[in-house]
Amino acid sequence: MNITEKILAKASNKKALRPGDIVDANVDMVMVHDLTGPLAVEAFKRIGISRVWDNKKIVIILDHQVPAESVKAAELHKMLRGFAKEQNIRFYDVGRGGVCHQVMPEKGHVIPGTVMVGADSHSCTYGALGAFATGIGSTEAAAVFATGKIWLKVPKTLKVNIEGEFKPYVTPKDLILSIIGKIGADGATYKATEFAGSTIRGMSMAGRMTLCNMTVEMGAKNGIIEPDEITRKFLEGRINKPYEAFNSDINAEYEKVHEINVSDLQPMVACPSSVDNVKPVSEIGNVPIEQAFIGSCTNGRLEDLRLAAKVMKGKIVRDGVRALVIPASQEVYSQAVDEGLMEIFTDAGALVCGSACGPCLGGHIGLLAAGETCVSTSNRNFIGRMGSTQANVYLASPATVAASALTGRITDPREVETKKA
Amino acid sequence: MKVSGTVVKFGNNVDTDVILPGKYLVLISPMDLAKHALEGLDHTFAENAKKGVIVVGGKNFGCGSSREQAPLALKYSGVKCVVAESFARIFFRNAINIGLPVVECPGISTTVENGDKLTVDFDMGEVQNTSKNRMLEVTKLPAFILEILSDGGLIENLQKKMKKE
Repeated sequence: MNITEKILAKASNKKALRPGDIVDANVDMVMVHDLTGPLAVEAFKRIGISRVWDNKKIVIILDHQVPAESVKAAELHKMLRGFAKEQNIRFYDVGRGGVCHQVMPEKGHVIPGTVMVGADSHSCTYGALGAFATGIGSTEAAAVFATGKIWLKVPKTLKVNIEGEFKPYVTPKDLILSIIGKIGADGATYKATEFAGSTIRGMSMAGRMTLCNMTVEMGAKNGIIEPDEITRKFLEGRINKPYEAFNSDINAEYEKVHEINVSDLQPMVACPSSVDNVKPVSEIGNVPIEQAFIGSCTNGRLEDLRLAAKVMKGKIVRDGVRALVIPASQEVYSQAVDEGLMEIFTDAGALVCGSACGPCLGGHIGLLAAGETCVSTSNRNFIGRMGSTQANVYLASPATVAASALTGRITDPREVETKKA
Repeated sequence: MKVSGTVVKFGNNVDTDVILPGKYLVLISPMDLAKHALEGLDHTFAENAKKGVIVVGGKNFGCGSSREQAPLALKYSGVKCVVAESFARIFFRNAINIGLPVVECPGISTTVENGDKLTVDFDMGEVQNTSKNRMLEVTKLPAFILEILSDGGLIENLQKKMKKE
């Protein structure tokens, strides 16, 4: 069996599983946030039971409309605060956490070898730590609150073997964009995507999270990476109990195996308005921008901010461009302050905002007007995603977005760096 | 279980941001959500859907965010069923969980036109296009999913099971 099959077998008390089997799995952790939690709480109350199945296995995080941008949002936050208190559920309020997919691993809520579900499509991020993690909706989260179980169809698995070394200023974001470009927006629908190979073994946890985060953009049920020494080091001080590290058997079965070498990979960009419309930055011509956004559950981690700061250090954001930098969590925020990264951003004329989802989903700050273009490190460029349905969103790496903020058009970061030297 | 309605057709990769834009996610009432159904692609959709329509989609219908507000908006705008070449998995589960019938039907997007009358028979696993006198097979849903749909959604199904216990 492969790692996904092994985790699902354990969670459903089965010795062996095959793709297509339907299991009733025990859930080890469920997460909801401020845009999916309220419907989940309402649905839970309709079930007609008073207590959740296990209050230690539920986490609620405010991150989307944070801090509350309207009275409606404030009411939803209040409702979730009340539910968390009533049920004694771990709750990350404004200023106590950040973007859910950063907070969950950072605060030790993601355990390798377990089944995790989140009422957010990017819950697949947690596969970076060797957990089975997938996105669900609010009603299903309510059912898990009540029963601790979920039905799952064992997915077929795509394996992606990655070899080679990244060139400077080419990142895991460029890799996952190029994979999505090849496989397509529905190329992994219902499937597990397992990343392996020497490049993965040498990749930081931040990079692994970026890869797993975006597997849902090709329809995947989950993205997953076998846990190793890098996983163990990341978890040091975050979780205090032993975990089961599953590995895929040598003879594990895969629907398809893709072999990718990153040595020649260039900075990539997903053009409007689908995530699989991917091209090298060098091939898109002159694309002027009005906004540059560095942040989100895809690329708002310390490593991403360091890279953006390296590109922006001592430079000024081009007139006519609004550059927004949003650290993915309070922890990332304070580390970035300690390292002097915030000074680099603010000196460059970028606006640093509090840890939250920001403009990514077009619900709160940093929206776009008709005819405007944003280059963003986030994960979706759908029509209307970041505000006006007449606006355009391009997705790229933190290095590319930082370089673009300086030049005012979508720019290969190596172009800016060459000029520096 | 059978549902009938007039076709409103869309293309491939209809995502949840166009079905229900992010700025409306603070709305809680299904009827408020319904007013903005598919607003990202067609401002007149919510008004037209009131008569009872069947949405036909291409590949990967409902891709993107896990927002359940997307199928809720469709259901309460008057959509009786979504028939598509294929669905994104979270949307598919969400629709069933809130009691909006959804079914995969390979070939549907090339054989129906806006305004055709369709009847979807979930037990027989077929779609009748009465305007074109044509029948297509659908991917049959397992019995436990049909039971959730006929109960009206996952919560209703769970209530029923808990009463039995």
